[in-house]
Amino acid sequence: MIKFQNVSKIYNSDICALDNISLEIKEKEFVSIVGRCGAGKTTLLKLLLAEEKPNSGQVFFQDNDVQKIKSRHLPELRRRVGVIFQDYKLLSSRNVYENVAYVMEVMGASNEEIKRDVPQVLEIVGLTEKRENFPVQLSGGEKQRVAIARALIHRPQLIIADEPTGNLDPYHTQDIIKLLEKINELGTTVILATHYKEIVNGLKKRVVTLEQGRIIRDEEKGRFIL
Amino acid sequence: MPIIISLKRIFNTGWKSFSQNIGLSVATVFVLVLIISLASSLFIIKDATQFVISDLQEKVDVSVYFKEDCPEENILVIKEKVEAISEVKRVEYVSREEALESFQQRHQDDEVLMSSLDELGTNPFLASLNIKSWQASQYASVVNFLENNGFEGQIAKIDYFQKKPVIEKIFSISSQINITGLILGLIFSIIALLIVFNHVRLAILNSKEEIEIQRLVGASNWFIRGPFIVQGIIAGIFAVFISVLIFGLGIFFLSPKIGEIVPGFILFEYFASNFFMILLIQLLVGIGLGVISSSIAIRKYLKV
Repeated sequence: MIKFQNVSKIYNSDICALDNISLEIKEKEFVSIVGRCGAGKTTLLKLLLAEEKPNSGQVFFQDNDVQKIKSRHLPELRRRVGVIFQDYKLLSSRNVYENVAYVMEVMGASNEEIKRDVPQVLEIVGLTEKRENFPVQLSGGEKQRVAIARALIHRPQLIIADEPTGNLDPYHTQDIIKLLEKINELGTTVILATHYKEIVNGLKKRVVTLEQGRIIRDEEKGRFIL
Repeated sequence: MPIIISLKRIFNTGWKSFSQNIGLSVATVFVLVLIISLASSLFIIKDATQFVISDLQEKVDVSVYFKEDCPEENILVIKEKVEAISEVKRVEYVSREEALESFQQRHQDDEVLMSSLDELGTNPFLASLNIKSWQASQYASVVNFLENNGFEGQIAKIDYFQKKPVIEKIFSISSQINITGLILGLIFSIIALLIVFNHVRLAILNSKEEIEIQRLVGASNWFIRGPFIVQGIIAGIFAVFISVLIFGLGIFFLSPKIGEIVPGFILFEYFASNFFMILLIQLLVGIGLGVISSSIAIRKYLKV
């Protein structure tokens, strides 16, 4: 489903974020990408969404070379992916309900579908009470859960979670991880970037370890070792 | 109907941000009202001057007087030749007797004139051709034709030269009004373009982060750009509404005064009968400016 082929990314001509990475992720896999801050996890995910371009190498998503997709077709790629961003990226002028509904609006879902699905997802992430609140009125953990709800709402084929538990307490962290596992069991590919040891070790799934822009370990049922 | 749903959503989003940035929106609408009013005024002024000009032109003609000894047949031959000129609208022959008759009729109450005419004993009037051309600017060439085709010997005088200043004045006023209107219209349109452009530019810069997020969750280019164009359209529609109101009221109250300045031109009646044309011009100007300037701003500042 996803293939990185000898991908390198260099920022400002001397900061090497990714150094000749090759990686393949199959459909329905649950892959944790671990590493210290600045190891290149977020860059890897940005390349997959065509948010950044690699300096060399190719990135494939469902057999399409992501960098060759014309800008007007990029929305179609992005709609197949649900992303939980590290910094949430919520629309500040819209409330919780509208933020989640926006993705469905973008996809052209009918008003009935939106009215049916959004409350369900908000219930899953425990935000039914806060549906009218705007992002500024939410705690970090709540914003994170809105971001998760938004990533799930359109049942994407791939979910990319970039530090999705960074702002959650242990109780909610477990909930979210269980949710991601559940989604994965239902057939969605999940890529989880994190630097939390406990989460990764508890999952007992594939772990790709990055260090200074290189893959130093790639193990099925791996553990967080740095 | 995904397209209709999307259009509806794009419109709703546009309306939302239009109403959220109310200060900026009011300023934009205000400027558009100025421009639309100017465009409509130009349209009305153009027609009003046209009315005045054609009214005056109807009154202006050139008379060619023939010498006393010039036989009527010769004059009628000249008349035919003049009629054949394409610039000439109509030619009227006035014989010496007819000229005398009409003079007598006009001044029958003026005893002094009548008695001096009697004392004269002969008919002092000359036969003439009254020539009317389609446009004031064409008289010169008609006169030129008469002077250079061997008719000079039979012609006593052409009174074009007495009327020439009037004719030229009409001509220059009408072209001046057109030119001034065009220049003013152009300047104001550029100002309006810049202001709407700036409105949309600020709106884009304000929501830079939102646009980035919309891109990342897979919104298509038009789903993101559409609302900004919609803002331009909404500003245009509001401006048209206000302009129509201002114009309707203004014209209703000004109409009698204009009627005094331009007799026969009833402004309100004119406005009422040309309402849809004026409305169309206003809509074209308002919405056109809104769409053009927001499109330019989007192209420049919204790289999706």
